[in-house]
Amino acid sequence: MTDKSVAVQPAVSDSTGMAYLATVPHRVVTVYLPLAIFLLVLLFPFYWMAITTFKSNEELLNQREFSPFLVYHATLANIEKLLFRTSYPEWLFNTMVVAVSSTCISVASSVLAAYAITRLRFRGAQVTGLLIFLAYLVPPSILFIPLATMVYGLDLYDTNWALILTYPTFLIPFCTWLLMGYFKSIPYELEECALIDGATRLQILWKITLPLAVPGLISAGIFSFTLSWNEFIYALAFISSSENKTVPVGVLTQLVEGDVYHWGSLMAGALLGSLPVALLYSFFVEYYVSSLTGAVKE
Amino acid sequence: MAVALGRQAAPRRSFVELLDDRRVLSVLCMLPAVGLLVTFLAYPLGLGVWLGFTDTKIGRPGVFIGIDNYISLFDDSVFLLSVYNTLVYTIVATILKFGLGLWLALLLNNSMPFKAFIRAIVLLPYIIPTVLSALAFWWMYDPQFSVISYVLSKMGLIDRYVDFLGQPNAARASVIAANVWRGIPFVAICLLAGLQTISPSLYEAAALDGANPWQRFRNVTVPMLMPILSVVLTFSVLFTFTDFQLIYAITRGGPLNATHLMATLAFQRAIPGGQMGEGAAIATAMIPFLVFATVFSYYGLQRRKWQQGSADD
Repeated sequence: MTDKSVAVQPAVSDSTGMAYLATVPHRVVTVYLPLAIFLLVLLFPFYWMAITTFKSNEELLNQREFSPFLVYHATLANIEKLLFRTSYPEWLFNTMVVAVSSTCISVASSVLAAYAITRLRFRGAQVTGLLIFLAYLVPPSILFIPLATMVYGLDLYDTNWALILTYPTFLIPFCTWLLMGYFKSIPYELEECALIDGATRLQILWKITLPLAVPGLISAGIFSFTLSWNEFIYALAFISSSENKTVPVGVLTQLVEGDVYHWGSLMAGALLGSLPVALLYSFFVEYYVSSLTGAVKE
Repeated sequence: MAVALGRQAAPRRSFVELLDDRRVLSVLCMLPAVGLLVTFLAYPLGLGVWLGFTDTKIGRPGVFIGIDNYISLFDDSVFLLSVYNTLVYTIVATILKFGLGLWLALLLNNSMPFKAFIRAIVLLPYIIPTVLSALAFWWMYDPQFSVISYVLSKMGLIDRYVDFLGQPNAARASVIAANVWRGIPFVAICLLAGLQTISPSLYEAAALDGANPWQRFRNVTVPMLMPILSVVLTFSVLFTFTDFQLIYAITRGGPLNATHLMATLAFQRAIPGGQMGEGAAIATAMIPFLVFATVFSYYGLQRRKWQQGSADD
């Protein structure tokens, strides 16, 4: 699949196909207008999140005098409340620790597994690869109850370890599958040369395969980080005390108090919690797209 | 050379040699991944099925009670409602996601200025944590200060603010809309990758043969897109069916359990309710649906490839 798309893509980018046949007004109606509506709908919630963050309560709750789409008197009160009067900084720290540790564990074990499956070709390698792919199809929603009993049993309840050890269950299948695709695209001849020159297999992995698979490693790493940052159900089920929560769980369970919703600080929490992944995403867009589509195409 | 070195560093060399053995190295390489997956994925999967046959509660190991959990669930109107909700949610959201996602992919496949930038921001809803964007939707669905109601009333379409999350069917439509919003980018970007592999010469050939735009779409785009479409559909159905975050963040299953999905009901019974056995039974009841949906969407759509017997790559 990878070879095929590489072979076909240049032909696509060189030629515009039959696009020159369409007139400008025709294109405005059939392409630009629908696309503008799509973008408006897809991006509006973020705009809404952002402007709510900087509004005071009286502005939010008075739609007669203040248009809801504008900010009249910008205020940092919501962010100040979030950072200094809630456990939000601790949640950010926890989420960072959990996401980084589980990403490192997952990428390291996936590299070894993908290398063994694609290059060492032990008996049953094909079947193992397929089983790992099937593991990706097991959703967390049917695992969290038995995992909760295990977490109680192992005395990990309410600790970061409960999350660091369980997140790899959905990260490893994804990363292994992705890296298998990358390893397969590296010419086997390079490794044969190194074998003839007397390199051990681990040296080959470390000095030849891994340097060539760096884009794959980056893809796997940032995607794992994002998935762990977004994870919700395990963090909700395995963590109970406020100071150990992650950002998504903390915002939803600690900032919603009674019947009065403090929309300003809630949206500030959502905005700040989204920023790290949004920043990471903006730097590595191409890697995200290739890992998303690569995993699907394989 | 090897003999001379061998005498000096015999233990180390044999260790390195052992490590270089294909079988030994395979086992060592597979160990971390397989160990983690067996301990925290395969074992809990089996344990979950077993828990469904027991009356385990939080802090108390249960005893085997056969299929009592399933019998009581069959009489449980809330459980049956959650199955109905889950099916409606999955089917409606999937149809909308694929219809709109395919449309967006076709739009993005045109050549236009800032193409890469537009493609990048389209994927944003998929990247941002679901719970956090769901909170924004919750705020947009607020009964008193909803911005959607504000716009509709300014346009003169409604005279009273819509109670998005207060009525069963309105609430169902609202959470489906939020799910579709988050799912469109994933579908669109994956299908766009598929569209880009279709050679323009196929369209040109079809146009020369007199095919109109609809015929070109129906007879060139759709068949060429089928393999990738079936995989994306499988993933999408699977993750929509087992969705938890969005519902938990926006409605927590209300009003009157109208938006409870099987996953949220399993959570409510098992963790806050303490009935681990019953929760596990609900979660296990999702498995047959998932297997059916996976087999159906994968083999149903990938029929051609599967019949040609080349599905083993």
